[in-house]
Amino acid sequence: MNDPMTPSPFRVERVRKELSDTFTLDLVPADGKRDFPFLPGQFNMLYAFGVGEVPISISGDPSKPDTIVHTTRVVGAVTRAMRNLGVGHTIGVRGPYGTAWPVEEMQGADVVIVTGGIGLAPLRPAIYSILENRSAFGNVSILYGARTPEDILYRKELEKWRGMFDMQVDVTVDYATGRWAGKVGVVTKLIQRGGFHPQDSIALICGPEIMMKFAVQALQDRGVTDDRIYVSMERNMKCGIGFCGHCQLGGDFVCRDGPVFRFDTLADKFAISEL
Amino acid sequence: MTANKSEALGTFVIAPSELGSLISALREDGYEVIGPKLADGAIVHEPLESADDLPVGYDDEQEGGTYRVAKNGANTYFDYVVGPHSWKRYLFPPDQQLCQMRRQGKTFRLIETKQEIPRYAFFGVRSCDLHAMQVQDKVFDNGEFADPGYMERRKAAFVVVVNCLRPAATCFCASMDTGPRATGGYDLALTELASKGRHEFLVEVGSSRGEEIFAKVSGRPATEADQSAPETASAKAANAMKREMVPDVQALLKRNLEHRRWDDVAKRCLTCANCTLVCPTCFCTTVEDYTDLTGSTAERRRRWDSCFTMDFSYVHGGSVRRETYARYRQWMTHKLSSWFDQFDVSGCVGCGRCITWCPVGIDITEEARAIRDSEGSR
Repeated sequence: MNDPMTPSPFRVERVRKELSDTFTLDLVPADGKRDFPFLPGQFNMLYAFGVGEVPISISGDPSKPDTIVHTTRVVGAVTRAMRNLGVGHTIGVRGPYGTAWPVEEMQGADVVIVTGGIGLAPLRPAIYSILENRSAFGNVSILYGARTPEDILYRKELEKWRGMFDMQVDVTVDYATGRWAGKVGVVTKLIQRGGFHPQDSIALICGPEIMMKFAVQALQDRGVTDDRIYVSMERNMKCGIGFCGHCQLGGDFVCRDGPVFRFDTLADKFAISEL
Repeated sequence: MTANKSEALGTFVIAPSELGSLISALREDGYEVIGPKLADGAIVHEPLESADDLPVGYDDEQEGGTYRVAKNGANTYFDYVVGPHSWKRYLFPPDQQLCQMRRQGKTFRLIETKQEIPRYAFFGVRSCDLHAMQVQDKVFDNGEFADPGYMERRKAAFVVVVNCLRPAATCFCASMDTGPRATGGYDLALTELASKGRHEFLVEVGSSRGEEIFAKVSGRPATEADQSAPETASAKAANAMKREMVPDVQALLKRNLEHRRWDDVAKRCLTCANCTLVCPTCFCTTVEDYTDLTGSTAERRRRWDSCFTMDFSYVHGGSVRRETYARYRQWMTHKLSSWFDQFDVSGCVGCGRCITWCPVGIDITEEARAIRDSEGSR
């Protein structure tokens, strides 16, 4: 019997610095080329030698499964060790785990993507999937909030997507710096003004929990119903497969029943503090 | 895994001296026999070499925050009930290596390690604890993933049940429908028959594996009167039970996730994690990383963890459950309510250990009752 807790060695193929504290690793299996299929929204457990393991969402293109892409922010010992990895280094991978964004169900609907900070990383595979088959979807809006203009993740891609004329990309920052003449304020304000049809829309949200809470409220105020809102939750995880118990949210294991939840299945729990 | 039959494959009566033959038969068959021993003033589960290791003539006195073992002057083997150990420490060890890696320059590779699967014979498993094993069976094989170590240890394990003849004051298995009598899922079940000068054991054979081992023990077929003994004794023990869980506790807690009682219990709870460590079903773990001094080999170890620690729910920026009320609520609602959502079974088997071993005597049945009673007065 294979032990699902044993990581597989992967080779770092490429390292990109995204922001002052955020980097992207491209990984391939160390034991030779093989595809690593995943669904947008799923995550891997990444292991840094001798330091530990953390759950990190996959942020690459699902149609290019020969490379796994992870964008990570340095927040603790493991992510710090991961930032120090270079091309040719080995990293341990287990996955992919968890539920996915409802890309199939979104076909024919308007799509509203609401995200803040590094929350754009778990949504990028969904955006790639939409672009792959753009005509199958209605209006597509990406509403993105960052702390400052220097914290805008995947800036070049956001600019490219905005220039494609078939999607709306709206960006706001909490604090303007330098020559920023764009919007200042919380991302939920963009929902109030966003050019989407609430009844026809499916919304995907990923960001800090407090931001998701207000984003849900703003979407509800616009008339988007809970069964058409999806959120991606974050909890402590030691295993990713329902054994360690750390990620429990009521009866749900965020690792297996999530991280992507349809909001109507979560609304009761979301409302209770420290659950 | 043991056969799940309520009908015994045969019922026999043996003399107390034959307990030794049973232990020998198991040892000769290659089992490591684990059973009750008296150590440090408690009945614990340790390897047994012979029936001489069994504590004879002991009682236990249990209450919220209290546990005392005392000689009762009798010649009986199993008057005490459950102590601080549950069998999970053998099937689901508190500290276990997950994997080892060796660094070579920029790269590292896994070191192949072969872990021997022990063949345990659990001697003296009470019905509540047998149910706890069945609960953990569902935890460690969740349909999508299985823990191979647990599965193999469990499959290899031989289970000798002892039916309880008296409850401790903290027991409430009758209200959880998990005892005092085991009705299946064992290889052999013993009921101690000791009254009016008689001292014998009724043996119910529950599996073909049990049949093979029992063939090496001498006994006589049970009479009809003998065969009714476990039921009679267990009904008596159930009637003597002082505590019970309120009915429909799953739904009760689900609709009371916000309740003033959580603040009340938070004033008493020390978040010491004792309840989770003695609980026979608690399964939460953490993983710790080690390297040797040169940093060339690394190891990952899985260790028991507890939802009562602050670190348990830590995500960057802080813990989800900062307050005591939230951590106690997580534990109790998980046991009695959300466990059903996850595994279609209660996470509590009514063994009462969490009551006995709570240093401040918090009583899970009392906490549930307080919430139920508050609803009545609404």
